[in-house]
Amino acid sequence: MNCLTAHSPSDKGAVRNGRPLLRERGQHEVFCGLTGIIWLHRKIQDAFFLIVGSRTCAHLMQSAAGVMIFAEPRFGTAVIEERDLAGLADMHGELNRVVENLLDRRPDIRLLFLVGSCPSEVIKLDLERAAEHLSRAYAPDVRVLAYSGSGIETTFTQGEDACLASLVPVLPQEPDTADRSLLVVGTLPDVVEDQFLRLFTALGIEPVRFLPPRRSTDLPAVGPQTSFLLAQPFLDGTVRALEKRGAQRLAAPFPLGAEGTTAWLAAAAAAWGIDPERFQQATELGKKRAERALERYRDRLAGKRVFFFPDSQLEVPLARFLANELSVDLVEVGTPYFHQDYLAPEVDLLPPDVTLSEGQHVDKQLERCRAARPDLVVCGLGLANPLEAEGLTTKWSIELVFSPIQGYEQAGDLAELFAQPLDRRQRLGV
Amino acid sequence: MKLTVWTYEGPPHVGAMRVATAMEGLHYVLHAPQGDTYADLLFTMIERRSKRPPVTYTTFQARDLGSDTAELFKTAAREAYERFRPQAMIVGSSCTAELLQDDPGGLASALALPIPVIPLDLPSYQKKENWGAAETFYRLVRAFAGAAGQRSAAEPRERRPGARPRCNLLGPTALGFRHRDDVREVTDLLGRMGVDVHVVAPLGATPADLARLGEADFNVALYPEVANVAAQWLKRTFGQPLVATVPIGVGATRDFVDEVARVAGVDPAPALAGEPSRLPWYSHSVDSTYLTGKRVFIFGDATHVLAAARVAAEEFGFTVAGLGTYSREFAREVREAARAHDVEALITDDYLEVEAAVADLQPELVLGTQMERHVAKRLGIPCAVISAPVHVQDYPARYSPQMGFEGANVLFDTWVHPLMMGLEEHLITMFRDDFEFHDGAAPSHLGTAALRADRASEPEPAVPSRLSADEAAIGWAEEAELELRKVPFFVRGKARRNTERFAHEQGVGLITVETLYDAKAHFSR
Ligand code: SF4
Ligand code: SF4
Repeated sequence: MNCLTAHSPSDKGAVRNGRPLLRERGQHEVFCGLTGIIWLHRKIQDAFFLIVGSRTCAHLMQSAAGVMIFAEPRFGTAVIEERDLAGLADMHGELNRVVENLLDRRPDIRLLFLVGSCPSEVIKLDLERAAEHLSRAYAPDVRVLAYSGSGIETTFTQGEDACLASLVPVLPQEPDTADRSLLVVGTLPDVVEDQFLRLFTALGIEPVRFLPPRRSTDLPAVGPQTSFLLAQPFLDGTVRALEKRGAQRLAAPFPLGAEGTTAWLAAAAAAWGIDPERFQQATELGKKRAERALERYRDRLAGKRVFFFPDSQLEVPLARFLANELSVDLVEVGTPYFHQDYLAPEVDLLPPDVTLSEGQHVDKQLERCRAARPDLVVCGLGLANPLEAEGLTTKWSIELVFSPIQGYEQAGDLAELFAQPLDRRQRLGV
Repeated sequence: MKLTVWTYEGPPHVGAMRVATAMEGLHYVLHAPQGDTYADLLFTMIERRSKRPPVTYTTFQARDLGSDTAELFKTAAREAYERFRPQAMIVGSSCTAELLQDDPGGLASALALPIPVIPLDLPSYQKKENWGAAETFYRLVRAFAGAAGQRSAAEPRERRPGARPRCNLLGPTALGFRHRDDVREVTDLLGRMGVDVHVVAPLGATPADLARLGEADFNVALYPEVANVAAQWLKRTFGQPLVATVPIGVGATRDFVDEVARVAGVDPAPALAGEPSRLPWYSHSVDSTYLTGKRVFIFGDATHVLAAARVAAEEFGFTVAGLGTYSREFAREVREAARAHDVEALITDDYLEVEAAVADLQPELVLGTQMERHVAKRLGIPCAVISAPVHVQDYPARYSPQMGFEGANVLFDTWVHPLMMGLEEHLITMFRDDFEFHDGAAPSHLGTAALRADRASEPEPAVPSRLSADEAAIGWAEEAELELRKVPFFVRGKARRNTERFAHEQGVGLITVETLYDAKAHFSR
């Protein structure tokens, strides 16, 4: 599991990819990895996510979802109670009972994730073992896997990393004799996946598979013939698991904005040896459309000073997009975890004078933010209204995780997400 | 272990946050992992508070476990004191920290901060949010009012000659359902009787204000879930009588006025003079004939559910078809009320059980929390929200109390709003085959297009049915189906169920038009 920052209160001396990095330790104001279930359960349509945790975990899921996904969502919490804490043996029995009831009620479920939480980690409840045991009991109808989304081990999007990493060992083996294949790793909205698939086809790259798949019965095969592209920057555990299966990562920036999308596609094209002309042909239209869409926003965003609080690890690619394609001024780009291997291609594209920060001491960061008086603050839901009340304009970062923002066709939508709050403040006359 | 999807109450430390966030000059240092900071958004987003809750989280990580989580707590507490300079601090653990047994109280006292530090012991694996709020409030009241000096309960409470009687309003918190507006309404009501409000707590109170609680002549517990423990302690300690009537609805508000008058020795007349609420006349006006006997299902916290049952029956002329609460602490009171309405109380914190009960009873109106709003929406039943937990739209911009005479006006408007107006319902029944009054027609003031789109997009309610296999196996003859479709849609569900139940009881396998009308005759009173 990824751990967060070094345990020094504030470490100004650190350097990443040749850039100074402000590393901080203090109160983090970021969700835990459980939150990833909110999008993962929509993506994998026959999976259920059973958190083994406390009332707090259940309450987090309800609150973070923002709106309640009704029609019985495919997640829930097995809430540990006082009497469970009395004896461990009993707890496994209890878990079996909950799972049995659940699967009785939801015969449509083919993949069940047991999701660890802080309480289950602290009492050392062995969910991996429980999952193995349950998997045997319910084979072949239901596969049971375990991962941890606990707040002591994962920050927000790292929950998706842990989930996908738990899937990697059960992916089918691709025969060594197979043709070369491309795997796109990280949850993307279906509509974005379909767009990318069309682009890859136009480039002549196939087969292309996606992790996570839309159904657990379509697990993508992997093997030494697999090259993979990260669609999201927070997937360190998944990368390592895939590499163990012999797959190779193609280094690339992330597919945000026209520039990012082109570079991302180009990484695959280079690996497949696609000739530049064909690449140009396949991508030209989308790229032009994206640039045209962005044109409309450049006036509104150019020169605006933007401050990022750490949230999803998407901050660095987003900042690169804002700076290079919309001429935004970056004040500080905070990220919960700065993974140099995956961010190197991004950092290379960043303007030279940007302050990068990793980890968080929320009160100190708020002080810096207030002092800088940026035009736009990208932050979590707990901070947004208080900052608005102080006269700052904010963008809820969680929307950047929940909305389709990747690829050419979404470049304009992504710009719109940043332009909206500025527009709101400008229009209001009271 | 209990499988939970949506919960009515958060963990007990969220209750403590509701108290801390309501107060001024108090800071809460919570030993908790980073994910628990989600609780801030309840206050900043749902309630739209413009300030962060006064809470510092230690946000310990796996790597800190066993080594220095205690040190982390001390650093967080020390820094929080220096940064926020509160008058007092509460310290405690969330569910995860409770397992670490770091003892935040002991650690904080070792810091020897120059302010009072009150340790909270909130067992996360046993208790829930409202309990946590009540316990936190009680600990604070004891610490500050207690320190201000005790008075024997037996000692007669003398007022200075000519001085107006004073009372404390206890129980309103942050994230409460209309608490802010209720406080204003009740304060005005008391004012009209010549009674002053001495301290409101926790909402808006500082620790120093809590120290003055003992000076008042009596206490009013607006929200017993939060206030009762502290109010009972104040009664024992200071001999302050407790006004326990919750003034929701016209009848309860009148009772409240009488009770206050008795306790304070003032004249109730000024508060009751004139027509302080329009509800009685609105309910008597002929349009409300169409409200009479409507079957209503009520679920929420105990305070609001008990009040709503009385208001529904006595002030709207509804029939209480079902009544329940998630506040187990008040199960006895709710059971009693249910008996009075001849129904069985549903005491549960499992919304699936509530959903099954609503599906089974097919009420014509649901009064509940945001959970029941969703349930009712899925089942196509009108719903009004009467109790926490609620969502952002239940913090209206306008003044909108539940308590007092103005509160009764608000109840009338909000409960009737989702229903057809009387005349409208009448017309629908008369012209039910007319194209404009087709099934999808919503109350005209609610916007039909929206409603239709809504229905189309919503999945068929996969409601756990309580029908036996037998009942489900009963078939409908085609002409009976057609006849059923002529029944207005808002009672059709009920008609279908009643007919099927009747058919089952009579051993009828195929429902005909005759069966339909036999059932109608059977169930009509
Ligand atoms: S639909 Fe309403 S009650 Fe449900 S989450 Fe959204 S705002 Fe809240
Ligand atoms: S931080 Fe831990 S205890 Fe809190 S909600 Fe997340 S997993 Fe549950």
